Amino acid sequence: MQVIEADGLTKHFAAKRGLLGTDHGTVRAVDGISFGIEPGRTLGVVGESGCGKTTTAKLVLGLEEPTGGRMSFEGRELHTLDAAGRRHYRRSVQAVFQDPYASLNPRLRVGQIIAEPLVTNEVLDKDEVRKRVARLLDLVGLPERSAELFPHEFSGGQRQRIAIARALSLSPKLVVLDEPVSALDVSIRAQILNLLRDLQEELGLSYLFIAHDLAAVAHMSHTIAVMYLGKIVEIGEAQSLAANPQHPYTQALFSAALPSHPDERREEIILPGEVPSPLKPPSGCRFHPRCPHTMERCSGEEPRLKPMGERLVACHLYDERGPA
Amino acid sequence: MTGEPLLRLENLSTHYVSSQGTRVVRAVDGVSLSLRAGETLGIVGESGSGKSTLALTILRVLPPAARIVGGRMLFEGEDLVTKSDAEMRDIRGKRIAMILQDPMASLNPLFTIGNQVAEPIQVHEKASRSTAWAKARNLLKAVRIPSPETRVTQYPHEMSGGMRQRIVGAIGIACEPRLLIADEPTTSLDLTIQAQYLNLLRELQREHGLALIFITHNLGIVAKMCDQLAVMYAGRLVESGPVSRIFNEPAHPYTKALLNSIPRMSDRGRRLTAIAGQPPDLATLGRGCAFAPRCPQAFDRCRAEAPPAIDVGDGRIARCWLAAGAGAEQSAAAGGL
Amino acid sequence: MSTPADVISLPSPQPVTTRSRLRWLGSFPVIPTTILVIIALVALFADQLAPHDPEIGSLTARFKPPFWQTGGTTKYLLGTDQLGRDVLSRLIFGARVSMVVGLTAVVFAGVLGTFLGIVSGYLGGWVDQVIMRITDTWLALPALTFAIFLAAIVGPSMWNIVFILGLTYWTRYARVVRGEVLSLREREFVRLAVVAGCSKWTIMMRHILPNVVNSAVVLASLMLGVVIITEATLSFLGIGVPPPQPAWGLMLSDGKQGLMVGYWWLTVFPGCCIMLMVLSANLLGDWLRVKLDPQLRQL
Repeated sequence: MQVIEADGLTKHFAAKRGLLGTDHGTVRAVDGISFGIEPGRTLGVVGESGCGKTTTAKLVLGLEEPTGGRMSFEGRELHTLDAAGRRHYRRSVQAVFQDPYASLNPRLRVGQIIAEPLVTNEVLDKDEVRKRVARLLDLVGLPERSAELFPHEFSGGQRQRIAIARALSLSPKLVVLDEPVSALDVSIRAQILNLLRDLQEELGLSYLFIAHDLAAVAHMSHTIAVMYLGKIVEIGEAQSLAANPQHPYTQALFSAALPSHPDERREEIILPGEVPSPLKPPSGCRFHPRCPHTMERCSGEEPRLKPMGERLVACHLYDERGPA
Repeated sequence: MTGEPLLRLENLSTHYVSSQGTRVVRAVDGVSLSLRAGETLGIVGESGSGKSTLALTILRVLPPAARIVGGRMLFEGEDLVTKSDAEMRDIRGKRIAMILQDPMASLNPLFTIGNQVAEPIQVHEKASRSTAWAKARNLLKAVRIPSPETRVTQYPHEMSGGMRQRIVGAIGIACEPRLLIADEPTTSLDLTIQAQYLNLLRELQREHGLALIFITHNLGIVAKMCDQLAVMYAGRLVESGPVSRIFNEPAHPYTKALLNSIPRMSDRGRRLTAIAGQPPDLATLGRGCAFAPRCPQAFDRCRAEAPPAIDVGDGRIARCWLAAGAGAEQSAAAGGL
Repeated sequence: MSTPADVISLPSPQPVTTRSRLRWLGSFPVIPTTILVIIALVALFADQLAPHDPEIGSLTARFKPPFWQTGGTTKYLLGTDQLGRDVLSRLIFGARVSMVVGLTAVVFAGVLGTFLGIVSGYLGGWVDQVIMRITDTWLALPALTFAIFLAAIVGPSMWNIVFILGLTYWTRYARVVRGEVLSLREREFVRLAVVAGCSKWTIMMRHILPNVVNSAVVLASLMLGVVIITEATLSFLGIGVPPPQPAWGLMLSDGKQGLMVGYWWLTVFPGCCIMLMVLSANLLGDWLRVKLDPQLRQL
């Protein structure tokens, strides 16, 4: 049974402009996406500005309400949950965000920061809280006396560990990782990524991993979903998707990824133009104006996600015939 | 691409001194490197490595608290350290140009694009307004901005991030400099836009015979764009040389660890080799090698004495006792470089 | 579980030496703070310090000049006023009024303004709109006129004046605090608190409030001067703290007739006291602003 399952999830924002808030159209941030996250596995989401990955994270975290579609948690649809059910959901899904300097309240001690989810959701005496905080600090590799210190006494990488400890305090089932290492120094990133993988193995955590570093996503994820302008254009097993992308956008994206060795030759697919605005997405397939393989059909009809082997690809190229 | 190097830094040092004179931060410490015309050099380092300070030093645009305390910067044979302010103003933008990370901060929101691209031309070449603007339009074309005639009268906020960065590039090459320094130019760009942009830079380089210096923390950019690589750590140059050779066989443990800590698309199963510890505090560096506390191969001499730059052949330099070969005392654990 | 490569060593806590303490105090405005402390002590111990009763005068000793002038006596060190009351004693008791009214009004305005600023900034929506429109209207009225208007309604008494001053100046806090809250609200640690399940009230008290306190304190110290001047003006106009309780502004008002005939001590001394207190409060506020703000930015 999947931890999270999304079916046709949609989030539209009304774009308003001016003093009186005159309606200026709809931002279709997320437009009918479907995905699932297995227990103990990582779903990586990649895409560029305006693709909707941040909104997806907010939907999963319950920071935004979907305007359409359904999301289920452990098999039960979210909108059928009662208050207790919703509370349980909130506790089971936690987050680690990008900026280690803004993620921790500078006025609170680290121990308080880590314990906050605990004390908000459970009734525990002080000793029990202290013990749990100590255990969490140990889990992320920080010394016990960290609990007494303030965030500014720690480096970026250490702060991110504190953020991870806090996210784990309620023993969640899923942790949303939104660019967890982008703001860290390169030599520290490996520490944190290793830590996240170890924790996943040890605690059976699921991750929703969002990052713009494709290699990091490929390294950490079991499944990758590629998003473009609010839609998932390709989703499938991480390694094979990275090695052999099918959707033209995925191909361009992965070809744009920086090589890890100067001799690595990659076919360079340079896309023309800019990423269009989510306010006025192109008709039909949203990628068609920039696609090197665009056909007549693409401007009129939106492709649906169809299975291509183990993968799902939304592209008319693969409709009648097999893989290109 | 042969002959005298376009730029040669010899033992360059820049220090930051606090207002009370108590703290001295050796931001750039005895850096020597050289770059030939048309070549691309990547300067790689993390925060606190001194790479950005090095860029500012070359152009002599350091903040008031910083001072060049030693060394020479030979650009086309002339020492930039000894030049007067007026002479440097003549060089900046005309012979050496720089582009920065955040295009929104690099462009003045109150002036049109045309104005800003034409400005260096008007200043350095004393061109008339119409000549400069005509040149500006051509430059926008050269950086592949669609419909440049309409764009010249637009303002920065009307453009996307990728376009703004290209405009910044246009300003950079406006007076056909010999050297362009790019400090993290693609960090704020989307991946596909970054690919477009790097491609553009490469084309411009070929067309104009530009030498490029990339300042970055991203080894991927170096792998893609650079011929030569210089790795900085705690203000010192710890390794330099041709890119392929360094990637294949890094001579310095830091470079090696850095290369091993980066996730690669092709091998998911491999556990990343993390570098222990934290980057050092530049104000409290000891007398030994700055990387020693984090180095898996450090031995006593490393902690006692900072290694000099050692020539390891093939145009490569490494600042490490391990590279000193037979002369250095090697500990048993040093096997398996 | 900690992997061997991840042995984290925290920087050892910096020892707090007298040297480091002195460095922190380096730019501390010693004189202004001393002045304020002296005024506070004087206000506190007014009963013990004042040589005479400030409210009862001796009609035989009217308009006596300060002791160093001819006609003055050491009995009345700084002279007497039109009712024979000792100027020095009135100054000392006046300090009490200025201090109490000043501090209380600033605290009252601060608490009210900060609270409304937090609520308005964090909750947004119609709450924000309502509070902001009230603030806008309030701010559009000239403070002094508004204070006079209120004084006319509620009638003068010391606590009424505190109330009036608080009501006049809370809007400045609300504005500043709301601005900070708007940016704080978007910070990731606030979002994480929502994800952790904290109630809105908890977030406002635990996460927002401590991070705006710095600004509120700085604003308070800068407002102290303004409040004292307003109080003095109200007293000068006769609608402040009612006589016979001495207030510096009232002394200014009473004394202005004497200026024509050369009774300078009736206005100069209370004027100097007002000036010293306001100047000290402003200098302290300025220092606080520089001290507290850059740290805020860093965090």
